[in-house]
Amino acid sequence: MAVAEPLPALVLEPVVDRGGVVRRLARNRSVLMGGVILGVVVLLAILAPVLGTTDPARVEPSLRNKRPGAEASVRNADGTQTVRVHWMGTDSLGRDVYSRVIYGARVSLLIGVSVAVISTLVGLVIGIVAGYVRWVDPVVMRIMDGLMSIPAILFAIGLVSLSRAGLRTVIVAIVIPEIPRVVRLVRSVVLSIREEPYVEAAVALGARTPTLLARHVLPNTLAPLTVQATFICASAILVEAILSFLGVGIPPETPTWGNIMAEGRALFRIFPHNILFPGILLAATVLAVNILGDGLRDMLDPRIRKRL
Amino acid sequence: MLPYIGRRLLATIPVMAVVAVVVFLLLRLTTGDPAAIIAGDNATSQDVAAIRTKLGLDRPMAQQFVIWIGNVVRGDFGESFFFKKPVSQLIAERLEPTLALAASTLLLAVTMAVPLGVLAAWRRGSWVDRAVMGLSVLGFSVPVFVIGYLLIYLVAIQLAWLPVQGYQRLADGVGGFVQRLILPSVTLAIVYVALIARITRASVLEVLGADHVRTARAKGLGDVTVLVRHVLRNAAVPIVTVIGLGVALLIGGVVVTESVYSIPGLGRLTVDAVLARDYPTVQAVILLFSVVYVLINLVVDLSYTFLDPRIRY
Repeated sequence: MAVAEPLPALVLEPVVDRGGVVRRLARNRSVLMGGVILGVVVLLAILAPVLGTTDPARVEPSLRNKRPGAEASVRNADGTQTVRVHWMGTDSLGRDVYSRVIYGARVSLLIGVSVAVISTLVGLVIGIVAGYVRWVDPVVMRIMDGLMSIPAILFAIGLVSLSRAGLRTVIVAIVIPEIPRVVRLVRSVVLSIREEPYVEAAVALGARTPTLLARHVLPNTLAPLTVQATFICASAILVEAILSFLGVGIPPETPTWGNIMAEGRALFRIFPHNILFPGILLAATVLAVNILGDGLRDMLDPRIRKRL
Repeated sequence: MLPYIGRRLLATIPVMAVVAVVVFLLLRLTTGDPAAIIAGDNATSQDVAAIRTKLGLDRPMAQQFVIWIGNVVRGDFGESFFFKKPVSQLIAERLEPTLALAASTLLLAVTMAVPLGVLAAWRRGSWVDRAVMGLSVLGFSVPVFVIGYLLIYLVAIQLAWLPVQGYQRLADGVGGFVQRLILPSVTLAIVYVALIARITRASVLEVLGADHVRTARAKGLGDVTVLVRHVLRNAAVPIVTVIGLGVALLIGGVVVTESVYSIPGLGRLTVDAVLARDYPTVQAVILLFSVVYVLINLVVDLSYTFLDPRIRY
């Protein structure tokens, strides 16, 4: 045989990406449902000032403890009277619960998103270092094991007690207990990726560590991290509400769902609406994020899908 | 087996050490000066200095840690700033309600979640499955205190079936003790049920497809026998694991539930201590809960060899 037969061309059907990421995401029922509910809450938060709300911090002693649907006339500065309907009632300081609940969405979403982003980024860096630098790994992982064995809510409560209550303190207090879980995830991805033949090939070809990390390791962490970040976001919103509810979170004058409910605790037997309305919105938001996370996991991580 | 238990015990030492250091630092990183807090508002700087010397706060950090850990090992958690008595005594007084709540929740959750999970897996895709899975996502999403207040409102206020809040010591009568424990346990169990039912379903689904299950069916065993003896037995390891891991959720939930139901337990003590900046108490409770969590998971690890004889160490 003088001339080698040309190899039959491998015909690989290109994976057709029908209609972009958004369309593909929307085809998953969980993602669609979670996304829509979450979208509504985000809109509520953004549009809060134009949704018929009043100043959520305005104390109106004459309008204390109105039941949902109560009408009240307010004297304006120019002497005219306006009739307002407090359709979620008012709290024991006469603040409009509807306005507080709508504005409360801002704090909850802000905390959910920032905790998810910060803990994922910090965890990503620590996880990559642990997975890549052999001598660091046992040290870092023992520390992470230790941090993980302090129950998260308890840890957050302890951390909050360290400094003055406020948005930043609360975010840090929720971020720290979440980091070890991200580190473990990233490390496990890094450990499995570095054994892959194509990574070994890249190493053999002389790829330098930063290139290797950026080109091969990082992209592989993206899918599981996205899923993880969604669940962290849901849990952060819950933990913030719990901290505020227990009175150790965001200062009570800030309208957050947890604070509204904390305020409503004392008179709960007579006026359950102070706990009911923020509770429903809180549960709906967390549920939406969780459903979204479940859907994303099904789409992005087929291995887990098989198991669950 | 024994060498394994020994090795496993050794492995918990670094974990415990990290927990101890973190908990120790929790007190030392505070913005306020503990000595000044104890001394109160009318104290002179001599008073503060005297207290600082008494507590050993003027010594190097490492030395303070050694002294502290030495005391902790002997059961001495120091004196509570707020309650003005030894923290260990404080914890002992608050232990019963928390233990009762945790134990009844655990029992309730496992007896509800495992059958639900098995049922969902066995009738995969049916309405039962969808209902169990849907409720489990819901259970994860509704905060413990919202569930608590809803239950109080419906069961205790509207229907007036059970007492609203409070706790009755076991020594003061079993009836009242049980009555007051029902609502808090149900409240706290819901998240836990959601978690366990989900894993049970997943784990049972995996085993249901196995050859030995087909064989068991083929030789004519009844559904219940197959599910309990052949499926559940083999699906046990992940279920027991998640029951152990879920104790962290349970502990967090205890803190909230005790506040909702005004139960004078350790969870309530934690919140009161944080609000009063009573650091020795906060430290002690966090340390105690973490140690309990680590030990429970140690027991879970050790139970694997009994649950699954294939696991050998």
